[in-house]
Amino acid sequence: MTDPLVEMKDVTVRFHGTRTVHAVNGVNLTLMPGETLSILGESGSGKSVTLKTLLRLLPENRTEIGGEVRVAGADVLSLDGRALANHRGGVVSMIFQDPMLALDPVYTIGDQIAEAVMRHEGISRQAGLARALDMLTRVRIPSPERRMKAYPHEMSGGMRQRAMIALALSCRPKLLLADEPTTALDATVQIQILLLLRELQREFGMAMIFVTHDIGVAVEVSDRIAVMYAGEFVETGTVRQIIREPRHPYTKGLLAANLHGAVKGERLDAIPGAPPALETKPTACSFAPRCLVRQDRCETARPPVVNFDPGRMVRCIHAVEPAMA
Amino acid sequence: MLSYILKRLALTIPVAFGVSIVCFMLVHIAPGDPLTSVLPPDASAQLQAEMRALYGFDRPLPVQYGLWVLKTLQGDLGVSIATGRPVASELGKALGNTLMLAVLATLIGFLFGCLFGFVAGYFRDSWIDRLASFVSIIGVSVPHYWLGMVLVIIFSVQLNWLPATGAGPGGSADWAWDWVHVRHLILPAVTMSVIPMGIIARTVRALVAEILSQEFVSGLRAKGLLDFGVFRHVVKNAAPTALAVMGLQLGYLLGGSILIETVFSWPGTGFLLGQAIFQRDLPLLQGTILVLAMFFVALNLIVDIVQSMLDPRVQRA
Repeated sequence: MTDPLVEMKDVTVRFHGTRTVHAVNGVNLTLMPGETLSILGESGSGKSVTLKTLLRLLPENRTEIGGEVRVAGADVLSLDGRALANHRGGVVSMIFQDPMLALDPVYTIGDQIAEAVMRHEGISRQAGLARALDMLTRVRIPSPERRMKAYPHEMSGGMRQRAMIALALSCRPKLLLADEPTTALDATVQIQILLLLRELQREFGMAMIFVTHDIGVAVEVSDRIAVMYAGEFVETGTVRQIIREPRHPYTKGLLAANLHGAVKGERLDAIPGAPPALETKPTACSFAPRCLVRQDRCETARPPVVNFDPGRMVRCIHAVEPAMA
Repeated sequence: MLSYILKRLALTIPVAFGVSIVCFMLVHIAPGDPLTSVLPPDASAQLQAEMRALYGFDRPLPVQYGLWVLKTLQGDLGVSIATGRPVASELGKALGNTLMLAVLATLIGFLFGCLFGFVAGYFRDSWIDRLASFVSIIGVSVPHYWLGMVLVIIFSVQLNWLPATGAGPGGSADWAWDWVHVRHLILPAVTMSVIPMGIIARTVRALVAEILSQEFVSGLRAKGLLDFGVFRHVVKNAAPTALAVMGLQLGYLLGGSILIETVFSWPGTGFLLGQAIFQRDLPLLQGTILVLAMFFVALNLIVDIVQSMLDPRVQRA
């Protein structure tokens, strides 16, 4: 059996500022090479923060990270200077939600890709540009030669995201992080980008962590799904397990709130309430205030973590005896 | 690119005409007769009328304006009432001196302003940021003629290192690039550089802080760039705005240096302008203001073009 590519053990992230925010509260995650995991959750649940922890992209002076993060054998939290820079983009790279904001507006696409390759592989600018062109061709940007000299604002949203993917994959990372890469795109373009990502992932044989709030997207691209709420995973499992037999009331709520299978004219079953503010470390079940099957003990103690088999976890008192919801 | 430059160039023509009208009107709105200061108080009415006809002050204003523009376009700015010398040649000499001073002051100010600004923006809210901000606020708020006098007291009077006034030994007006002359340039240039330094430092600090908060900086770190690599991107993003501010500052310094040039008796346009105002030397005043204004227009044009070369997004606007 091969070693896992990513191992996160009891990772916590706390932001200090005018007020403290407990953004991530004990995330455990194991990812094998070539595997795809989706982290599913609503805004503010800590999914992007979890992702950025893997690249150490959070502002150093205001962030306190606890636990252990290992990627490809390296202890990410203790990386420094050049070693950290080699890790970023070389071993793990990232696609951002809005490529318009994530690409430098005053450099051409070709330059931005070549720069990354030159940095990581120490090759000439000429060779870097050649690689950039090759990458743009692989992400199937129309007339790639011309796009090499284009600036981000001169391209459409879909093309920009393709360019972003080309940039992220240009140094053959082992792990690709995708932070809601299709949220800022048109629905038709979304599907193209998803298909492209899935295809490239197989071609390059890399693992992928995909952050999204769209169950449909998660089902489309991933092998496993982790449902995140208030900074912790409340349920993990294979796509099939999560869709067919969700055990956590939050997961059930998310599935019920989906448009698929909804009857016309009927109201969607939305989850009432809003997620907690996370100013203090949770001492009870974070979902309890919104939960339809809440019991008194949910509000006094942390719910048990129930592990069925490796990769299948539910953080709820109802995990074992299914509740009548 | 070329079409953008041509378009921008064409746009400056109406601006230039507008500027010339304002120049002309301003000078004529001011009360008082320009000839009273040069004519003896007991001059006869006939002599006054002759002089007025000689300088063309007896014609209607629109005609005066038309003639002035026509002559100006041919490079003739008229004759100074006070000295009787052609305005163009007086102005040419003064312009050279001021240009030298202003360019040097802007370069010094730009260099230190960028240095302070980048450091302050990069290490925001640290002691080094507070120090740099303190220095730049002093630069903007200290009265410059006062600073000039203080520098003269320290470096000329007390230490006797540098000359206090003039542009050459013994008040000679001919410039040469040797130490004897360059010595005269140092104090006024340093005094003057404090203005653009403060403004550029504050602009660059805000710019750098704003750029660093943008998501693409995360993107740059995410692809593994080292600090220097990220810095290069920040510089290129900040350059268009910083250069624009520098160009405008140069424009201000070209015309706005009356006080400093007076303190140092620097024979530049500010000095000339001061003289023209006090002597009510209408042709000289008009000519000087017009040329300075045209410089400002030209600088704006250059800044716009350079900016469009540095920032690909500008061309679209």
